[in-house]
Amino acid sequence: MDKEKLITPGPSGYMPTPGAFMGVELPPPGKALLYGEIVDEETAMREAAKAMLTRRNPTIFPGPLVLWGWNAGAMEKAKAVLELAMEIPNCRIIPMPDYRPKYPKIDPEAEINPNHPNLTILHNKIEACIFVGVHCHYANLSLRMIRAGTNCFTIALCAEMGHEDAMVSLRDVHAEEIRKFKDVLVQVRKELGIEWEPKLPPENPSLPKEDWTKISPLDFGEYAALLMPRKGEVVEESE
Amino acid sequence: MPEQRVVEPEHLILEAPRERKFITGSQAFAEAVKRANVDIAIAYPITPQSETMHLVGDLFAQGYVKDYYRAEEEYGAMSAIAGAVRGGARAFSATSGPGLLRGLEAIVSWPGHRIPVVLGIMTRVVNAPLSIQPDNVEIAYLLHSGLVVLHAENQQDVFDFTLAGFPISEKVDVYLPVVVATEGFFVTHAKGYVELPPEDMKLPPRDPYKAPVPPTDCEIPPARIQRDAPVQKSNFMSYLIHAVWQQEVWSANRRAMKWIYHYLGGPIEVVNPKADVFIVASGCAAAQGREAQRYAEQEGLNVGLIKVKSLRPFPEKEIREALKNAKAVIVPEHNIVGWLAKEVKAVIPNSGIVVDGPRVYGGMTLPVELIMEEIYKALGIKRERTYA
Repeated sequence: MDKEKLITPGPSGYMPTPGAFMGVELPPPGKALLYGEIVDEETAMREAAKAMLTRRNPTIFPGPLVLWGWNAGAMEKAKAVLELAMEIPNCRIIPMPDYRPKYPKIDPEAEINPNHPNLTILHNKIEACIFVGVHCHYANLSLRMIRAGTNCFTIALCAEMGHEDAMVSLRDVHAEEIRKFKDVLVQVRKELGIEWEPKLPPENPSLPKEDWTKISPLDFGEYAALLMPRKGEVVEESE
Repeated sequence: MPEQRVVEPEHLILEAPRERKFITGSQAFAEAVKRANVDIAIAYPITPQSETMHLVGDLFAQGYVKDYYRAEEEYGAMSAIAGAVRGGARAFSATSGPGLLRGLEAIVSWPGHRIPVVLGIMTRVVNAPLSIQPDNVEIAYLLHSGLVVLHAENQQDVFDFTLAGFPISEKVDVYLPVVVATEGFFVTHAKGYVELPPEDMKLPPRDPYKAPVPPTDCEIPPARIQRDAPVQKSNFMSYLIHAVWQQEVWSANRRAMKWIYHYLGGPIEVVNPKADVFIVASGCAAAQGREAQRYAEQEGLNVGLIKVKSLRPFPEKEIREALKNAKAVIVPEHNIVGWLAKEVKAVIPNSGIVVDGPRVYGGMTLPVELIMEEIYKALGIKRERTYA
């Protein structure tokens, strides 16, 4: 194995060896990980951009920390993710809305799940992906399984300290840093001579078109009970 | 109780002025908890108890700890700790020997649950036969569960390791329980000098949203896989997810090392790094090893000491480097199984230089002369026995 590239796209084998076991250390503030090595952020961003621009079926996997509007920061971050997606030719967005094991199984075109992320990667033939807004523990599980069983190039845009098992890992990434990455990506795209007009990714084909005028509590499935008042309960105010 | 102001962990642990006090190991645990902004402490008293959790109870009465209660038994105490921490609280508990083993099923599930907590352990041997003495065989049970395990030599270590344990355990890249073990009686009941920072300072409160897992949500693993057994053994929860989950726990354990350097100056302390013969020891055995090294130096013998502060993560590289020129390695221990000797043998290429012992157990003291005998043997020096 190339000593400089400890963490490369897989499949790395039946039982993946974690980057941390191979001696990969998380980068200090201001630095990033590229193939398991600590490098300058811009170097890592350029390699990540190249992967998203040149590999098949680039996809962004947003997690709960950007999918749900917890706070102003999360909402701004979600906007920045959409802006990034618009600049990546033929980019798709497949959400990781939560971490529950799903019965009877997930729809791999509709979502990615940390309990078997390889199903989504393999079904959609995704060869480059970005994890953003996924809690570190679940991102690490997913990144390791993806490296074990697929040839996908993984990029982690982490709000915390980063991920050893991603080919590219940026740390302390919030809306501003996502927009910085977007600018680098646009620059690399121009350098590669790729013509692209920014546009939103396609609608998720497995999700019914949302019609907010006809929404029913039943649309919320097993969560419907959370929306409907219980017997005798009077809801006078809501957010 | 003085009004406490929140300061950064770095200031409280590394920079704040310190004042010397003469206190027991149990008091040292309590002094650390006093400054740690602890939300809840849960305990179950059993023989052999130390007064640690009683003193923490006093802290509750004084207002330093926000909540405190006696659980129904150890399993309940350790499970309640998990619940409190998953709910966002900063928690502390302490136990020992038989109590530790009764709570062990809950305790060894903490790392997989990603429970950042500090647990004090005053080693008191494992039944049977019944004993309440300071034998540390129970530490062997903790080494393979993913916990961060620190082993305190004296009262000062108890304070420093416990206080630093909170920020280490709560780092997003770690997020594991930190165990601070020390020998019951020898440290918990005896007094020693401890340098303490001011008691009007405390750590920042825990931020449960600064975490690698979401705060309490019973719909996500591991809460769900506990509640919903079929999920564990099915296509929904594959064997691979369990494999990489375990890997994540042990990756996190390794990541703790940089914070052990940051807050505790590293996982080992080396005295006389150019020695021919090394004593490698942890906990109270390190205190006796320190004395043996001093005796040896007085006799003109080239003997060094490696005190192992962190048992998990185990300082593999550091010990291998420190022992690269050693001709013999003596590993004194307070247990019969020799868990530290096995660890040391496993990380150096020439394990034949490791002397298995001396070991004492059942609560017997470890005379310095026992270690000196091994030093003389290793150096080919013939001496008369110097103890009765």
